[in-house]
Amino acid sequence: MKKGTSMTVTSPAKQASAFGAMARSNTAVGLFFMLPAAVFLLCFLTYPLGLGVWLGFTDATIGRDGIFIGLENYQALAGDSVFWMAVSNTIFYTLIASILKFILGLWLALILNEHLPFKTFFRAIILLPWVVPTVLSALAFWWIYDAQFSIISWSLMELGWISGPINFLGDPNNARASVIAANVWRGIPFVAISLLAGLQTIPQSLHEAASLDGATGWQRFRYITLPMLTPIIAVVMTFSVLFTFTDFQLIYVLTKGGPVNATHLMATLSFQRGIPGGQLGEGAAIAVAMIPFLLASILFSFFGLQRRKWQQGGQD
Amino acid sequence: MSISDQTAVQPLTDDAQGMSYLNRLPRRIVVLYLPLAVFVFVLLFPFYWMAITAVKPNSQLTDYSNYSPFWVVQPTLDHIKYLLFETSYPGWLWNTVVVAVCATVLSLAASVFAAYAIERVRFSGSRPVGLLIFLAYLVPPSILFIPLAVIVFKFGMYDSKLALIFTYPTFLIPFCTWLLMGYFRSIPFELEESALVDGASRWQILVRVILPLAVPGLISAGIFAFTLSWNEFIYALTFIQSSENKTVPVGVLTELVRGDVFEWGSLMAGALFGSLPVVILYSFFVDYYVSSMTGAVKE
Repeated sequence: MKKGTSMTVTSPAKQASAFGAMARSNTAVGLFFMLPAAVFLLCFLTYPLGLGVWLGFTDATIGRDGIFIGLENYQALAGDSVFWMAVSNTIFYTLIASILKFILGLWLALILNEHLPFKTFFRAIILLPWVVPTVLSALAFWWIYDAQFSIISWSLMELGWISGPINFLGDPNNARASVIAANVWRGIPFVAISLLAGLQTIPQSLHEAASLDGATGWQRFRYITLPMLTPIIAVVMTFSVLFTFTDFQLIYVLTKGGPVNATHLMATLSFQRGIPGGQLGEGAAIAVAMIPFLLASILFSFFGLQRRKWQQGGQD
Repeated sequence: MSISDQTAVQPLTDDAQGMSYLNRLPRRIVVLYLPLAVFVFVLLFPFYWMAITAVKPNSQLTDYSNYSPFWVVQPTLDHIKYLLFETSYPGWLWNTVVVAVCATVLSLAASVFAAYAIERVRFSGSRPVGLLIFLAYLVPPSILFIPLAVIVFKFGMYDSKLALIFTYPTFLIPFCTWLLMGYFRSIPFELEESALVDGASRWQILVRVILPLAVPGLISAGIFAFTLSWNEFIYALTFIQSSENKTVPVGVLTELVRGDVFEWGSLMAGALFGSLPVVILYSFFVDYYVSSMTGAVKE
């Protein structure tokens, strides 16, 4: 880890110059090896990121380079009720879906951490929703949520719990709940399997020692499992929040932002305005508006992790 | 004869069994097996529904009063035949394979060099570069697709597979590099030092020493990159216009869904066949897949 720094501290001038030459050649070799990745990332990641910010300040449309119009796009968005609806939808969607994914995922991870027959088999099939292309599983959900022939409605009607089919995607609140359910369905495996990997690193002896001291199951979970798991929870949930916040596919398949814009997320609104609508500038401005939220969540988890390491007396 | 009896009778030689003898079987059923059964049912039901719909004749599809919707009488292959012979579906499958394989190979090659440079050559500034790579992984496609569409258009790649092959590495390279950095870190320095002393060049060390040892890491990264590019949607939706260049997710959604009359049978068959290749690949490499997924999180 600290090899480089400790070596530079030492030694007479002659050795230092030899080390300098080696470092220089190392830099050359390193940069040469970095070249392919750097070219790709600069061309197709850094440059578009900058271009996106610039486009947000222009009135570019498809087929026409825009001119600089300052903050007009953002001013227009500030007075646009659909945009604010999309912002609040995105926050609501991310918040509810992430909490549900965390609780259910942790629960599933705890179950899978027990001794079960066919454990590896269960672990393998549980990950399937995460492996299958989102668009294709979302199509299955579309059919499950069908207004007339929904299998859920049919089952509930057979049980006599409801009298008519549920309008899953046609009513604003039902539609929000439905897309959140589909998102949670897809996200649980990721959270569960990642947390399971974390659970398996907790030494069994800690639990045994605590049991001998008379700790109940809940106390062992609260004072051993949870604290030991916190760092990995922080990382997993950061990823989960980022993926959920920027989600596009599920909404695009299930509702396309409808009914009457009630389920638009910022990503789908940005797509709708930018690509089919042709207003590249406005679409880019909506995408740029997502950046502060993403930065906030990354910084939140970064400093959350820092604090924990410091508390545990770790370095870095 | 319950599990609890067995473990209580045997001396506790297996440490992993831990305190499980404290749990009685009825309790285990309520606390473990029942919730697990519900989880498995909910997580797998959409796939069952997809599969059963794909082989249901149209007459049974919406006739819930005469046929149980959960089962199928006289399954039919009509939807699958329609899909394979009367739509561009086979072409979309082929496009997806080409794009996913090319993007994966490109990204893996670039990532191996980058990860080796960051982790082992340790040029000045390698640590900040490593951090930048990680941050690049956090940049989501949904804030990049509009400027990327402009760039793709300017480069003359719009509506071609090249557009996808060159843009997918934006999310694959950071991920693969990050994962491979972890693998390279686990290879002892001494191996490399002795090769250096024997006069091997950096290139020889990478090809002859590091890569053979990093094969599991390469497989993990490759499998994960392949599934990520197979599942990608927003770039493919934005950059591809003509039917013959579409990938499976885009093709199924934009061309099989038409008008108000949904052909659920062929739609579900399309979803099923689009999922099968990744599921089969995944089933062969479950452990690699899991280790790459958790490896990216654990670092």
